[in-house]
Amino acid sequence: MSAKTVKDILTSIRKGETKSRDWVQQSLSAIEQVDGELKSFLLVDPETALQAADHIDSGQVSEGGLLRGVPYALKDNIVTKGVRTTAASRILENYIPPYSATTAQKLQAAGGVMVGKTNMDEFAMGSSTETSAFQKTANPYGKEYVPGGSSGGSAAAVAAGLVPFALGSDTGGSIRQPAAFCGCFGLKPTYGRVSRYGLIAFASSLDQIGPFTRTAEDAAIVLNAICGHDPMDSTSARGQGEIDFTEGMDAGVKGMRIGIVRNLPEEGLNPAVKAAVDEAIRTLEQAGAEVVEVELPHMEYAVATYYLIAPAEASSNLARFDGVRYGRRAEASGVIDMFERSRSEGFGMEVKRRIIIGTYALSSGYYDAYYKRAQQMRTLIRQDYDRAFATCDVILMPTTPTTAFKFGEKADNPLQMYLNDIYTIPANLAGLPGASVPCGFADGLPIGLQILAKPFDEKSILRVAHAYEHLRTFAWQRPVLGVAE
Amino acid sequence: MNYETVIGLEVHVELKTASKIFCGCKNDSKSEPNTNVCPVCMGHPGALPVLNQNALELGLRAALALNCKINQHSKFDRKNYFYPDSPKGYQISQFDKPIGEHGYIEIEVGGERKRIGITRLHLEEDAGKSTHAADGSHTLVDFNRTGVPLIEIVSEPDIRSPEEARLYLEALKSIMEYCDVSDCRMEEGSLRCDANISLRPIGSTTFGNKAELKNMNSFRNVQRGLEYEVERQRELYDAGEPVVQETRRFDEATQTTISMRSKEEAHDYRYFPEPDLVDLDIDDAWLEQIRASIPELPAAKRRRYEEDLGLPAYDAGVLTADPKTAAYYEQVLAAGADAKAASNWVMSDILGALNSEGKSFAECPISPDHLAGLISEIASGKISSKQGREVFKAMWETGKSAAAIIKEQGMEQISDVSVLGPILDEVIAKNEKSVADYLGGKDRALAALVGQVMKATKGKANPALVNQLLIEKINALS
Repeated sequence: MSAKTVKDILTSIRKGETKSRDWVQQSLSAIEQVDGELKSFLLVDPETALQAADHIDSGQVSEGGLLRGVPYALKDNIVTKGVRTTAASRILENYIPPYSATTAQKLQAAGGVMVGKTNMDEFAMGSSTETSAFQKTANPYGKEYVPGGSSGGSAAAVAAGLVPFALGSDTGGSIRQPAAFCGCFGLKPTYGRVSRYGLIAFASSLDQIGPFTRTAEDAAIVLNAICGHDPMDSTSARGQGEIDFTEGMDAGVKGMRIGIVRNLPEEGLNPAVKAAVDEAIRTLEQAGAEVVEVELPHMEYAVATYYLIAPAEASSNLARFDGVRYGRRAEASGVIDMFERSRSEGFGMEVKRRIIIGTYALSSGYYDAYYKRAQQMRTLIRQDYDRAFATCDVILMPTTPTTAFKFGEKADNPLQMYLNDIYTIPANLAGLPGASVPCGFADGLPIGLQILAKPFDEKSILRVAHAYEHLRTFAWQRPVLGVAE
Repeated sequence: MNYETVIGLEVHVELKTASKIFCGCKNDSKSEPNTNVCPVCMGHPGALPVLNQNALELGLRAALALNCKINQHSKFDRKNYFYPDSPKGYQISQFDKPIGEHGYIEIEVGGERKRIGITRLHLEEDAGKSTHAADGSHTLVDFNRTGVPLIEIVSEPDIRSPEEARLYLEALKSIMEYCDVSDCRMEEGSLRCDANISLRPIGSTTFGNKAELKNMNSFRNVQRGLEYEVERQRELYDAGEPVVQETRRFDEATQTTISMRSKEEAHDYRYFPEPDLVDLDIDDAWLEQIRASIPELPAAKRRRYEEDLGLPAYDAGVLTADPKTAAYYEQVLAAGADAKAASNWVMSDILGALNSEGKSFAECPISPDHLAGLISEIASGKISSKQGREVFKAMWETGKSAAAIIKEQGMEQISDVSVLGPILDEVIAKNEKSVADYLGGKDRALAALVGQVMKATKGKANPALVNQLLIEKINALS
């Protein structure tokens, strides 16, 4: 058994050496073997997956397909028609969606085979996957450590080699942070690059779907399959044309301008993380990149800004879970009572906390002081990046201040938990693409290097990441929990 | 003490689009419950709204027709509230940048023109329909109406009487119909009206406590509800009692208003910009195209009918109230009919017959060309006005032209003097007494003689001509 890349699998199937069923079966066996301990999946459907693989192998599906025969997993906030989708919440415990997300449809159309749905923080609210109503997912590099979040299940599943790729969603770092903690590649595309239709909304103006993979090249392949304007999502970008993200990614970093942030907030930054990121920057510099300093003067306000805007939107987005049309409905004596009980029983602590914060921030008399000022700050942060990218192609910084923490370590201290997102949040506020690529270990736990680029320039990120993966071998390390190379 | 009545109206109008405002479902709330629904309008997790361009276009057309200033850069906002028939827990509406502002409607009160200001016009989605069981055991919700496009039109507090309120609503409905943006059927809910009403001492510039009136399902009931409120509030003031700021429901059975909530709960809808939709940027070219698509509106048409066609104000009002009436009338004119004669026939005969049979203009058996033909037969003297009514009846029943019916029934009038002469001579000879009476100054005797001629000609003689010839012949006798 081995943990192959998407590219390897595609090549092997195309050559006729293997069939889709081989890979799907291998993925299912790995899940059976490892996931009892890892607990990265909320739902696995072997029968449907094997049927889909056989269908592809029988040649009944037309040739082609960017992901023909490749198994994958979806974060459980991406709706799948007829397949239970919970967002890891009690309120959707038995929810069977009547439709599929655009990304789910696109992966299916590309010939991919879904094996299951992955664990996450409830409604994507969290940085450790601990707020899942159903189970705690372990970090493949040490089972007493969290996998990060909110897409912890997808990150752990890919890092452990259970699937060659998985989709997650990133609202404030929910792809990049778990990728860093679990030692895999995670890409948050530009806001609008990938359709949000069918992504259970947390914060609509920040949410973006993206891939977890072993390598940058695999992420490019998956992004090719899921990107593009969607008439069902008004905020998905138009006029970006046909792009092949794999094209030009092996051009190397020679001549590229790499921005590093002067006065990066370093409170709570683990020295080992700092050292690994500095070392990565030196490596790229030695490979021919030019390093320039940039200023991001409003970065210190990003967390505060985010924790007003995201909960405000969430408080409204989660209002639909009222027990009337679907999901959990509590026994009650009247309609208001039914709303209150269903929501009280159905939502967990962190979700309730954010609904309350968001409701408060939008309330009359507080709107101007909180929500409106946060939007103004968001504009300033976006302008910081516009200025910075005038002098560089990518900006590098740590994905997270620390490596993975232990279960329960921050669960009772929301502020500490929120501060873990300090380096990832600005990209969401500014709508930028960003990725995390493995760049070292501290005490056996992976460290992530974050690469940011200007809107719609995922190619520069992929080019730098791809170059780095071939300069250093961290991306090829195997965790203790998972499938061996 | 004398009081001034202050009224402002909030009107919701359903737009006549083929599909809903934010999804592809059919805009038809009268189908079997919950058949025109999808993940978007049912508020399923992950579903997103996409604006129906046609709803925006109709909204803009309405705003322009109501003389509004258009906010070319506009946006949608979320209005947050929990209710079983609001599937997302918020309504997508417009808060601080409505598509239209600062408009007005002109009404005519006691022969004087008056402008009622329009504060704002905005686009929003309708909610579903809740049906509560009488015993309170359950509520049924139909989501067919969820996402039906609406415009909300808020007037300035410029209305000074219940009658003005009704005139404003009639004018508004008429404009909406002319622009083809809505059916405006209040009974069916495609136009809904809430009214704010307060009194204040004449001369005062501040507002008194207002009542918000709901549940009025016809223009007449709006007027009646407001009339009741005027009296109720006046009596309270006269008795030195306070008027409570509250929401009241019009009760059709008793023709009174009943308090719904005495202590108004202050709603905090927590409006914020809808992040699932992009801002609206309405470009000049499109706006001009929409402006050009607006037909001549009722007020301008009425003025033209009065000034250019010389119609009385009453006629102009009736003919322009409904665009279909005006269109029919103008086709009759185009076929060559006299303006006033055409007006009389359309107002009394056509509208009367359509109303009594519950038919629309599309089902009218008499085409405008045929009506013009009938008018011309009467004008030329071929048939009498009285015969005209009979011909009209036959045209209505058969759909045939006036000429065909006149020919079939042999109804042509006799206006030929050489034919009428011998008949008249005979009647004069046989009715010596009547002739003598007439000559003796009894004008009424002439009518008897005319009657005899009509009898002899089976009603076909041209009565005016008979009258004239009789007088000539009798005078010649003396």
